[in-house]
Amino acid sequence: MALLDVRDLSVRFGGVIALDGVSFSVEAGQVVAVIGPNGAGKTTLFNVVTRVYRPAGGSVHLDGQSVLGISPHQVIKRGLARTFQNVALFRSMTVLENVLVGNHSRTHTTFLGAAVPTPGASRMESEARKRAMEVLEFVGLAGRAAEPVASLPFGTQKKVELARALASKPRLLLLDEPAGGISHEEVGGVAALLRRIHSELDVTVLLVEHNMGFVMGLSDHVVVLDFGRKIAEGTPDQIQRNPAVIEAYLGAA
Amino acid sequence: MTALRNAPPRYALVVLVVLFFAGLPTVVTSFQSLEWAGVLIFAIAIMGLNVLVGYNGQISLGHGAFMALGAYTTAILVHRYQLNYLVTIPIAGLLTGLVGFFLGIPALRLSPLYLALATFALAVVTPSLIKRPEGLTNGVQGIQLLPPDPPPLLSDVFSLVNGGQPMTSEQWLYYLSFAIALLLFWVAWNLIRHRPGRALRAIRDGEVAAAAFGVNVAGYKTLAFGLSAFYAGVAGSLYGLATGFVSPDTFPVSLSFQLLVGAVIGGLASIAGPLVGGIFTYWLPIVSSQFVSDQTWIPSQISAVFVNAGPAVTYGALLILIMIFAPNGVVGLILSGYRRLRDRLRGAGERGTGQMPPDHQTI
Ligand SMILES: Nc1ncnc2c1ncn2[C@@H]1O[C@H](COP(=O)(O)OP(=O)(O)O)[C@@H](O)[C@H]1O
Ligand SMILES: [Mg+2]
Repeated sequence: MALLDVRDLSVRFGGVIALDGVSFSVEAGQVVAVIGPNGAGKTTLFNVVTRVYRPAGGSVHLDGQSVLGISPHQVIKRGLARTFQNVALFRSMTVLENVLVGNHSRTHTTFLGAAVPTPGASRMESEARKRAMEVLEFVGLAGRAAEPVASLPFGTQKKVELARALASKPRLLLLDEPAGGISHEEVGGVAALLRRIHSELDVTVLLVEHNMGFVMGLSDHVVVLDFGRKIAEGTPDQIQRNPAVIEAYLGAA
Repeated sequence: MTALRNAPPRYALVVLVVLFFAGLPTVVTSFQSLEWAGVLIFAIAIMGLNVLVGYNGQISLGHGAFMALGAYTTAILVHRYQLNYLVTIPIAGLLTGLVGFFLGIPALRLSPLYLALATFALAVVTPSLIKRPEGLTNGVQGIQLLPPDPPPLLSDVFSLVNGGQPMTSEQWLYYLSFAIALLLFWVAWNLIRHRPGRALRAIRDGEVAAAAFGVNVAGYKTLAFGLSAFYAGVAGSLYGLATGFVSPDTFPVSLSFQLLVGAVIGGLASIAGPLVGGIFTYWLPIVSSQFVSDQTWIPSQISAVFVNAGPAVTYGALLILIMIFAPNGVVGLILSGYRRLRDRLRGAGERGTGQMPPDHQTI
């Protein structure tokens, strides 16, 4: 059974059809890329899977269970973590605190438990901090844990987002343009980091990019969207040779 | 030297502040102690507002109404049902917190502007709501509360450090407010640096991202409202006890404004901010009207106008100044000055040691 299964997904915003009957699936252990020009519906796809938007039709199953009936805040408990295209960090917080919020779903200290901290709550907090530091170590940001995120360069902020998502120990990581808006020199580092996340942490990755070069060396499987419709899918090699893709996507670029 | 430079100075500062407030009644008059109790009571209410506005990003222009509910809960329970006043303080807090929690549910559906209007409406109707059930609230007449006697043991201990003078009722009210303020500030500090506080702040910074990481946005926002009202309820209860009299006029609309202005002036999203805010909220109306009437060169007709409008004018001017020059309030101003100094002292290049950082933003 596929880890993520998207069937006939349609999303409308007023007159705009953002997604039009899109189907594909992600097998556990894969790196799958969704590519397509700006406005193709890639971010919308993520927003449906993470319950930010309600689809007009279709289904999304994780491990055979529908996610469309659950609340946005329950998505992470199913093992699904994401990053945001334009970086949605908690801007008033430090790097470490951001990663700690990534840990929210794996801890359960309540208002009462924190108000008068019990030894249990304190232990849970220090364990959470330890885990967060480990994740920061993994992405190479341990030395910047105490810095406020707002003052970091964009590329570093994207790494913090990755760390925050990893802190939730996801099975499936949704990455919205992980290489978007960062400098040429940094792109290689991001690709290497994603490879390590995939192999060392055993996380399945679904990523969105419109930078085709970036995904080709990275993914097992590529889905191409154009104007909300899936126009092709296959291995990177097949996609690069697909005339419809070249026409719709490369031709436009 | 390095150890000294790296030691968190705020713990020393906290100890100093606590000692200052603990010793205050031994150096000021009994009446002045009561005034400072007012400062601490406002600080408690502002801390509640700070949880809601500063940390959670919601808004309330109606916290005076929550204070009123707390004050009347205590007044009615003490006056009508002869309950011990100490017992009524947590009851007032819990009842107000519960009301706040339930008001927080419809608040979820309101945009910030409409939430401001709705809470403002609450503050507006509160005085007339209080007047209605006359049998319970005594209407416009209000309810008188007798000044409580200090516990004998405390009074004796106090007289040891106070040159043999026993503790007055006013001093006891001060210490009661001080103890409760200390407890509630500690609780707020605990909340903020643990999981629930981070969730509150995450919501303020971005609801979609917060939800994506498992924060139940609606649940936390409602809880923040309840918690915030709880603080205001406790503050109201103490306010009633400290003033010895509650009436509808004790809780005018302007009280809600004063609290919010105090929260902003002190510094939102900071633990020390509400204390500074409490000082401003309590003393500003008094000091500013005294200041104007003390200026002999101002013609008396003009100064009379000012004394009436004075606090409002001063509040407005101060708020504008704070928003321009210190958007993070007085505490934010001090902190950024301190950080600049520290960075100078430490010099660059000491960063990136990979050490576990201390709690950030917890004072
Ligand atoms: N919240 C929204 N409201 C209205 N239209 C939207 C919204 N989100 C996306 N769209 C529209 O849906 C289409 C797909 O957008 P998006 O998913 O962001 O594309 P991509 O991520 O592939 O660049 C675009 O036409 C966009 O304008
Ligand atoms: Mg997009």
